[in-house]
Amino acid sequence: MEKVKRNKNDRVLYIRDLNISFKTAYGTVRAIRGVRLDLFKGETIAIVGESGSGKSVTVKTIMGILDSNGVIDSGQIIYKYTDDNGEEQEVDLVKMSQKEIRYKLCGKHIAMVFQDPMTSLDPTMQIGKQIMEPMLEHYKISRSEAKQRAMDLLSEVGIDNPDKRFKQYPHELSGGMRQRVVIAIALACDPDILICDEPTTALDVTIQAKILELIKEIQAKKGISVIYITHDLGVVAKVADYVAVMYAGRIVEKGKINEVFYDPRHPYTWGLLSSMPDTDTNSRRLFAIPGSPPNLMERVEGDAFASRNPYALNIDFKEEPPMYDLGGQHRAASWLLDPRAPKVELPPELVEKLSKMKKEANIDE
Amino acid sequence: MSENRTPLLHVENLKQHFKISRKFTTKAVDGISFDIYEGETYGLVGESGSGKSTTGRSIIRLYDPTDGKIIFDGRDISGKLSKDDERYLRTNMQMIFQDPMACLNPRKKISQIIAEGLEIHHICKSKEEVDARVNDILDKVGLSKEQGTRFPHQFSGGQRQRVGIARALVMNPKLVIADECISALDVSIQAQVVNMMKDLQDELGTTYLFIAHDLSMVKYISDRIGVMHLGHIVETGTTDEIFENPIHPYTKSLLSAIPHPNPIVEKKRIALTYNKDEEGVVYENGHEHQITETHKVLATDEEFKKWTA
Repeated sequence: MEKVKRNKNDRVLYIRDLNISFKTAYGTVRAIRGVRLDLFKGETIAIVGESGSGKSVTVKTIMGILDSNGVIDSGQIIYKYTDDNGEEQEVDLVKMSQKEIRYKLCGKHIAMVFQDPMTSLDPTMQIGKQIMEPMLEHYKISRSEAKQRAMDLLSEVGIDNPDKRFKQYPHELSGGMRQRVVIAIALACDPDILICDEPTTALDVTIQAKILELIKEIQAKKGISVIYITHDLGVVAKVADYVAVMYAGRIVEKGKINEVFYDPRHPYTWGLLSSMPDTDTNSRRLFAIPGSPPNLMERVEGDAFASRNPYALNIDFKEEPPMYDLGGQHRAASWLLDPRAPKVELPPELVEKLSKMKKEANIDE
Repeated sequence: MSENRTPLLHVENLKQHFKISRKFTTKAVDGISFDIYEGETYGLVGESGSGKSTTGRSIIRLYDPTDGKIIFDGRDISGKLSKDDERYLRTNMQMIFQDPMACLNPRKKISQIIAEGLEIHHICKSKEEVDARVNDILDKVGLSKEQGTRFPHQFSGGQRQRVGIARALVMNPKLVIADECISALDVSIQAQVVNMMKDLQDELGTTYLFIAHDLSMVKYISDRIGVMHLGHIVETGTTDEIFENPIHPYTKSLLSAIPHPNPIVEKKRIALTYNKDEEGVVYENGHEHQITETHKVLATDEEFKKWTA
């Protein structure tokens, strides 16, 4: 498991106290509230959360494609990379203009795979041409060289007959194939960071497994860092080394995947884990988190999760909990972790589930 | 489970072909048969393009089936429908769609949307009766009476899907076809909706045909499952039989593709692949093999021997 040593010098990207709000006709939405996150070289982190929790907004800021009504109120996103002259550079993405990020970094150093392959590919352009495009844009290479690279990439992402496929259009391919093409485009310029925004939500389970395995394989080969955005904990378990659980614009729990999955501390994580349908339990009912996510248009008083939290304490409605250090990389923001808080028992279904998971994984309790 | 009862829905050799051009016909559903008994939930799973949604739409007669027989509650609803049969079908079979935003009229209030079916079919004698039934069903799906006066855009995704379910159930249908009705929802909301559907079934005794690609959810809600691939039901059985003892390699690959939220185990596991052509499986050649009274698999004799060995 100790694949990635989280050494400070190997940080590729780190986000500090990021605050983002959106100006809408109905008022200001505080979409991101104080996010802090590190990404290390060769590591996979997963950001988990429901729709509206701010996971996509976070990565869109990194890519410089934040919607025009979005404002970065404060914070830093420091990105370290080696530029064309082989020199180490350290830039603050918050201070750069969106245009600058897109011209200098996007595609070349940071690449993104979107949810729906049909909308991220140009329907009027051969897929091979689309893979060549970023290379011709960022590198000084000839068309024939780019073409050769594109062919290699196609076979690298597991598409047979690259010379035949090269000339095909997106509509001629199946969903899984299209997503492979999108991944090939993202990899065309050897990025350091690959951001996958729900890469498999639009795909079937069987194809999902294949695409995840493909991304993992490529990552191992090239040593790139990957940020996954997903709401599927099964996907997280399969790919991630480190996981951050977001709720209503805040990271509520983060840590190494084993820390979070086998020893969750935040009630929202408890809820998420218990509501995952398990293929080998026979209970008649599924655990459900009551209520629905808060409206960030209104100012959140106290802990945003309090109203849905059966374990909420009085203070949860008044003050936002700080991040508690739980040893190792594990952090969680819940008043339940305060030394003054009463002891709470985990929901019995979850206790059962966790002990079964540990047993399957051969961990001693 | 229920062998001697007459099924509520009996589908026999149903075919639904779409003519694309003079030379090419898509055989979306190619000869499937299954029974659904009263009060149970039958789950239909498969990848996209396997024909599971088409099956649902053919049964509720959004399409005209090419061939085959559909018997619903003793009436043949596969051919041209008589006035009486059509009315019976439209009032006793309802559908819940995938995208709750797309299937609710944005210009109508929730209570109007739910009452529409009752009014069209003149089921209630008075306006008061309609209101009473609408309020009753709103309460059952966990929405308040006041929320009935709102418009669809004022609701969250989970609440909209509750409206979709209320609209289907207000007719007191015998069969509800739920076509991917939870896949557009967030994980924490999915569990709420599935639990609610189960509770309503216990209360009202409705039968569900639950169409989905997410096997783990299907496991929770279904009594029996049919696995579809390329227009054929390749395996059918009770939920336990499918999950404990899958026979068909396609079922196995589907089951192995479900990611488990257990990092250490999941990281080591590699999903099984299934390629029909590589295995040399031709569905048209296969016939049904009975394993137990409820568990059936589509295979040729050799394949069956190979898979069960």
